This record gives sequence, structure tokens and C-alpha cells, in this order.
Amino acid sequence: MPLNILVCIKQVPDPEQFDRITLDPATGSINRAGIPPVTNPVDRHAIEEALRIREAFGGSVAVLTMGPPQARKCLEDALAMGADRGVLLCDMAFAGADTLATAAVLAAGIRSAGDFDLVLCGNESVDGATGQVPAQLAEALGWPRVTCTRKIEIAKEAGTAFVEREIEEGVLRVEVSLPAVIAVVKRINRYRLPTIFGILEAGKKEIAEVGCAACECAGLVAEAMGLAGSPTRVAGVFQSHRKRHVEMIGGESKDAARELIRRLREMDAL
Amino acid sequence: MHFESVNECGSALSEERIRHYEKDHMKDILVWAEQRDGRAAGVALEILKKALDLATSLEGQVSAVVIGKECRECAAELIAYGAGRVFAVEDPRLGLYQADACTKILCRLIGEIRPGIVLMGGTSVGADLAPAVAARLGTGLTAHCTDLHIEAVEGRDQLVMVVPGWRGSMMVKIVCPEKRPVMATIRPGVLERGRPDPSRKGEIVAVSPDIDEEDFRARTLERVLESEESALEQAKIIVSGGFGFYEAGGVDLLDQLARALGGVTAGSRPACDAGWIPESRMVGQSGRTVSPDLFISIGASGAPHYTTGFAKAKLIVAIDKNSKAPIFDIADFGIVGDLKEIIPALVEELKAKE
Repeated sequence: MPLNILVCIKQVPDPEQFDRITLDPATGSINRAGIPPVTNPVDRHAIEEALRIREAFGGSVAVLTMGPPQARKCLEDALAMGADRGVLLCDMAFAGADTLATAAVLAAGIRSAGDFDLVLCGNESVDGATGQVPAQLAEALGWPRVTCTRKIEIAKEAGTAFVEREIEEGVLRVEVSLPAVIAVVKRINRYRLPTIFGILEAGKKEIAEVGCAACECAGLVAEAMGLAGSPTRVAGVFQSHRKRHVEMIGGESKDAARELIRRLREMDAL
Repeated sequence: MHFESVNECGSALSEERIRHYEKDHMKDILVWAEQRDGRAAGVALEILKKALDLATSLEGQVSAVVIGKECRECAAELIAYGAGRVFAVEDPRLGLYQADACTKILCRLIGEIRPGIVLMGGTSVGADLAPAVAARLGTGLTAHCTDLHIEAVEGRDQLVMVVPGWRGSMMVKIVCPEKRPVMATIRPGVLERGRPDPSRKGEIVAVSPDIDEEDFRARTLERVLESEESALEQAKIIVSGGFGFYEAGGVDLLDQLARALGGVTAGSRPACDAGWIPESRMVGQSGRTVSPDLFISIGASGAPHYTTGFAKAKLIVAIDKNSKAPIFDIADFGIVGDLKEIIPALVEELKAKE
């Protein structure tokens, strides 16, 4: 019995260049012009894990993303890594979604894309960074979930997976019945880079576009999508002010070290 | 994941149809208290203080819920920290975190007691439970709040949840205008803990878990302890390495300094990505939030997503080779120089005076 896996990925502005994001204090709008989009870093590890499971058990790997038309690029990158097909959830009706509406549309898109034994996600995106979507997606699908996962062992005959999920003081070992949503952390694997062959092959693979109508066919009402389906709202944005007044300690390394320790002792900080 | 909406924040609210606001729908607060080995997680106690402040301005009540094998001791602790009522859900199967069962229990309890606000600790487990509960209830959830307050937005008082956006380079105010309860998670170490008062009176309400086999589709089999990781939030002194400390001698040097100071080590995202520091000890927006008495950052330039993780430290010392690094903007003391010389000199100096 092969395993059909779907990986949810997201295109995000390059996190290395978040410092370039500016805020217009007059309008409260965010300017991120010129920051190139990339695949959310941890999502690559989710793709890698899916490819490894396919290599071990057979089956297929589909990748899915919700976003504007240019998000197709991150699907193409995943296809070049070795995924079999892509699904682009793209519709103006999806815009402005918070995590609840995002999860609802992802679930509808997954239903419309086929039957899957396993949905993998990166644990969180670097831009929103809420980490809420995987668990909310599982709820929307009516499936069990495991988040913060650093190891997955499929027990195919039993229809379950044994996983290790990280907690602050170690790990929890969890047995989860399939189908399930599993969100992974970076340390789960080292991901492969696309080969030239992979990039050439990717061009022949299918990327299906799914819009509002197909999601409605999959049972989701339009009111549950995008801004309309989002219970939370952004009420404002402001620049964070965290400046302190720094006192620089100069001189030779030894002297600077001595002075710093003296000051810290003086303040009872040591 | 406020994806497009951050972009469009200027117009988001004005486009929204505003219904009449009924303050009663927000006044009671429920705090989920994670228990570990029968004790309440520290973050729940931190949240209780904030919940009491909010309840005062809302003229509402603060309740807590604790789920576990044995919850009595934990419930008493929660009362001492201000919970007027504690719902204790005890079951021998719930000693470890069970995702399905806890989701069901919490949703049912919220449905019964109908709080206006639900606050949860954004621990590894809390960050798994909160979104599932919010999705099942069809309500809004805001992750990693750094502050919560009541503020007039669009002409009516609302719970405003402040979160760092874009890895901490912006702060974003989130509201949940219509759906109840409003839900929020708060990371450990972000809020200040109140003082316990053992003489405080409160009610402990035993709640039947009402769960069966189907509620263990994801079944936690065991917990494997790996380290003193939880010490990070409790640590008084933290020595944190960035990408630049490795060339200066790597983890050993960091360890030596931490030992000499009686502190613990941590690291920035690049240091963790490079494998020098375990991800569980990563400080920053996607890692841990710490507020030690002394935070020493070594060889990190000070990107906002890193500094947001320790902005509330009492005292911040920054050491880096680059005098223009933004880390010096948020530090109390700074030293510019060769890490290879400065770190051993600090260790020497600390040892010399002992």
C-alpha cells in the first residue's frame, strides 16, 4: 500500500531581509517592496521528509500552497526537489485570511486535490510565525495532528506513525493514526537541493490551479474564506521601540573585561 | 499568519461591518494552566496576573482550568496566584499531554462556562492545543502576544493583543471584533508573575473528563527528558552566542564563560541553524523569550527577531567585533573587539576574584 502525501508550503519574503521592511507612520502600511520571495525555510524540510517517505514506501508527493499567482515559483522549486505535482490555491477570495480562514481554504484545497494518507507542514512560517495553521488545518480536515515533530517513523501495516515531538524538556513519543497532519521542525532532516535533472523534469509536471469555486465544491462556503472568514483583524501597526542607552566600554581586551566585570559587580548583577 | 492583512491593515478595520458591542461578552476570563508533574507551568502564573488586571477593568471573573492525572496541588497554586475558580479535570490517562483529549475537554468546558477571553501559555504544547481549540470553536486566536490591554478601537472597547511582526521589526495590534471567546497565547517569560497569596480563597470544581478511546487518535506514549532546557526561562544569567562567536572558539568558550558566571548558554537563530546550539535553546521570536537579570550577547549583530527574545532582560551586555552592529542599540553595556581575546579575559577576571 503506497502512501499518498501532501505537503503544504508557503512563499514568504526572504527572512534575511526582514530588516528592510519599513512602516509608513502616516498610513500604517507596510512596505516590503524589493524583498525577494522564497519558500518558507522549514517547509523545505517538510518536502524532504515527504520525499524520503515516498522513497521508503512508494506513493506520491503533492505540494500545495495558497497565495498570489507568483507563489507558483515555490511549487516549481518543490517539483524540482522531486515532488510529483503541485496545487496552487489562488483566488482574490482567499486574500486577507488569518490562520482560521487559511486552514479552512487549505483543507478544501486538499479535499479537492485527492485522497491523502498524510499531510506534512513546516511548523511555522517566518513571516506570520504563529505556528497555528497546522493544528487548525487538522481540525478543518477532522484529522489528528502532531506538531513540533523532529522524527517520523511510518508503521504502514498498522496505519499509524510513531513520531517524536519536541517539548521544552525533551520529547514526547506519540503514536498517531493516519491520515494525520504532522508539522515538522528543521532538525528532522537535511534537505536536498534540486539537481539539474530535477529542474528539467519539473517543467513537465502538473501544477493545478484551484480557486474559490473548487473550494466551494469541496464543501467550503465563501464566507469562510479570506478576510470574510477571519475572526481576527489587524487594528494597527507600530514600530517597536526597544532602544536602551548603551555605555561602551573601551580599551584593551583585558582592561575592558575587568571594567565590565567591575561594573556588573557594582550593580549586583553578578 | 496575518499574511495579506498586515499589508492591508490601514483599510482592514474600516471595511469591517461593526456590530453593537456587548461588553458582557468579554468580561470573564479563562486561563488554561499547563501542568507538568502536578505543578502549574510558570507561564500560567504569569498569565494569571495579567488576567486579574484585565478582569478588574472588565469587572469580570478569572477562572483557570487544569487537566492532568492529579490536579489538586496545581489548583491550589492557581488560586494562590489569583484564580477565583479552578476547573480540575483529572484522569489517569492524562498525565502526559494528549492532544485530542485535551482539545475536546477544553472546547466542552469553554462551551459550558462561556468565557469572553481565553488565555493560554504559548509553550510547545500550548501552541499545539490553542489553535485546535480555536478552530473547533470557530473563533479567533492570536499567537505570541507580548501585551494585552483594553483599548477603544473603532469606537468601542476591545481586547487589543500586541504581537511582534516581521521577526520583531514591527509591533502589530490584533483584535477579534465579533467572535467569542477571544483567544490568545503568551510565551513563557513575556509577562511578569504576580505574588502568591496562600490565604486567597477560591473554588475548585472537579470536572469529569468524559473522554473515550476515540479521543486518543494521537496518543502520547511517553516523555523522554533530554536536558535542563526548562532552566532557560528560570536562568538569572544567560550567555548567548550569535553567528560570530564560533570563529572565536565556539561552544567551548561560550560554556566556559557561562560556567564562570553561573549562567546558562543560549544562541541566536543562525547559531542554532549552524548546529552549534540546540534549537531548544534558541532565543528570539521563533525561539524562547527570556527575561534574566543579565543577558550577555556575544558575536550576534542584533537582528530584531533575535533581540525581541530578550528585550525584557534587566541588564543587557553586548560584545561584538562590529561597532556598528544594531545589538549595541538595545544594550546597556557594550564592548567592541576581538571575541577571541575578550571572552577568555572575562573568564580570567571572573575566576581571579572568586
